[in-house]
Amino acid sequence: MTSPEQISAAPARPRTDAAPLLDVRGLGISFAGPDKRISVVRDVTFSVAPGECVGLVGESGCGKTVTGLALMGLLPVHGSRFEGQLLLDGEDLLTLSEAQWRKRRGRRLGMIFQEPMSALDPVFTIGEQIGETLRTHFRISRREARDRAIEALEAVGISEPVRRHDAYPHELSGGMRQRAMIAMAISCEPALLIADEPTTALDVTVQAQITDVLGELSARSGMAMLFISHDLGLVSQTCSRIVTMYAGEVVEMGETDDVLLKPRHPYTSGLLRSLPSFTQRKGRLPSIPGRVPRPGDFPETCRFQDRCAHSREGCLTRQHLLRVGEQRFSRCHRSEDLDLPGVLS
Amino acid sequence: MASTPDITPQGATASVLSWLRRDLRAALCLGYLLALVIASVAAPLIAQHSPIEQSMDMLAPPSGAHWLGTDDLGRDVFARMVYGAPMSLYASMVAVGVGLALGLPTGMLAGYLGGRVDTVISRIIDTLLAFPGIILAVAVTGALGIGLTNAMIAVGIVFAPNIARLIRIQTIVVKNELYVDAARSFGMPVRGIILRHIVPNAIQPIIVQVTVMLAGALLAEASLSFLGLGVQPPWPSWGQMLARGYTYMEIAPEQMYAPGIAILLTALAYNGLGESLRTRLDPTSRSRR
Repeated sequence: MTSPEQISAAPARPRTDAAPLLDVRGLGISFAGPDKRISVVRDVTFSVAPGECVGLVGESGCGKTVTGLALMGLLPVHGSRFEGQLLLDGEDLLTLSEAQWRKRRGRRLGMIFQEPMSALDPVFTIGEQIGETLRTHFRISRREARDRAIEALEAVGISEPVRRHDAYPHELSGGMRQRAMIAMAISCEPALLIADEPTTALDVTVQAQITDVLGELSARSGMAMLFISHDLGLVSQTCSRIVTMYAGEVVEMGETDDVLLKPRHPYTSGLLRSLPSFTQRKGRLPSIPGRVPRPGDFPETCRFQDRCAHSREGCLTRQHLLRVGEQRFSRCHRSEDLDLPGVLS
Repeated sequence: MASTPDITPQGATASVLSWLRRDLRAALCLGYLLALVIASVAAPLIAQHSPIEQSMDMLAPPSGAHWLGTDDLGRDVFARMVYGAPMSLYASMVAVGVGLALGLPTGMLAGYLGGRVDTVISRIIDTLLAFPGIILAVAVTGALGIGLTNAMIAVGIVFAPNIARLIRIQTIVVKNELYVDAARSFGMPVRGIILRHIVPNAIQPIIVQVTVMLAGALLAEASLSFLGLGVQPPWPSWGQMLARGYTYMEIAPEQMYAPGIAILLTALAYNGLGESLRTRLDPTSRSRR
């Protein structure tokens, strides 16, 4: 185990073997508030290799979705300010013009949203919407677009794709709509798919199907995926690496199995321990006391300090992301001393 | 449920025909309006009398020679109705067309851009709405010069703020929908987002409003013609005939029936057609095919 090494000041590349497809370095986002700027996300650093599936985990309000939207350039232009770099194929997205960025959206980067009910336009058929996406990026005829849309619908496991192609969103079930949404996102074969809580609004059985579809697509087409979710269980099924966020900061990062078995940050450990399991446990299901501070009220100390069972004097200073293993990072200066319980302990 | 889309023009015609077969109201309204258009075009063939030729046979009741009787100057009411139809149709179309041309882009711009643009446009709309409609129309007609087209442009200017305000709020609602963000996430340019997502989703209440305004324009034309700002005598328009018939209400009430009923039916046809169109264009309320 290497000694803790501070990486925030000079952002280290967590993965060095392959050139990363997406490399987020020290991303900070702030919005214009009523009387002062409110920092929502700070010092977010992680990378996604080509074909890799990375899970971004955290409670509501920890900055997962904002990070995802920032990657797509979907945050309002007025009032948002960005720091750091968003490198896609080595090119900083934040320095691109809107038109240049737009060409990459859909084509290199795709996104699926939490609410399949409202992410599809109610006045057009599924096929029209997929075809329209295709025709924004490729010079193809309507007939070709139709054929490729039907192919995409087939790829996400929609039965009778020809008939569904001409169905309106309201004629489909929630799971079907989310599949259609995925079909739309993958129709232009993006290199990276950002899935923002893709299954939260769905039934548990449908959740599993959608997760399977995503995993299969990623494996088959070599598409990388950033899976944003609050559900550690779901993320551990699909992703090879996990990034945990808390209060607008990345607090832990590592290979999925490592993180699950031996979390190095008290917050990740708390999340893992609050997962219900089928094995008998004594007493109540543990929970993390308190709630995530609101953006603008983030303390200047360790941001998790007031909810942490292990906090000490030394926790009252700003924490930096430390390298605690070959692929492991933790934003806790005590991570060496603590033996934190994981899923099995 | 879903059928294959009609890509060919023949397919489009067939789908309109099958829509009319299923929707009796739409068929009746469209049929009535078409009949009016045909009557307008073929006016000299249909009317046996001149609409402006006067005779000593004043305020006559309907007879074989004059199907709808004669007016206070002995002119054939039927001929005046037929010759007045194109004036009335033209008047309502011009007014609503001008209203849409001015109101839609401004309202949509205000709603989509928001911020200062929205504030400025909204205050202008409020200012225009603060004027009583007829006064504004009279003032604008006065400035543009007297005549049917100018009068109807004036009515259009009165309509524009209403349309702008309606489309503005619709645009604000639709632009915050997730599917607009989704479209952006697929790399669609702003123009595409406005034309393909915002307009089709925001336009429905406008369709209804337009049909109400078409009917309102018919009546506005009547008011302005009554004030002498619209169609110039001796040429007829329905509104002007109604206004004239009103003067003789106590001695010849039947003078008001023909133009009154014609205006009523046309307004009804516009409304019915608009309602059917709205249902037709809304996929969620469309009945199973």
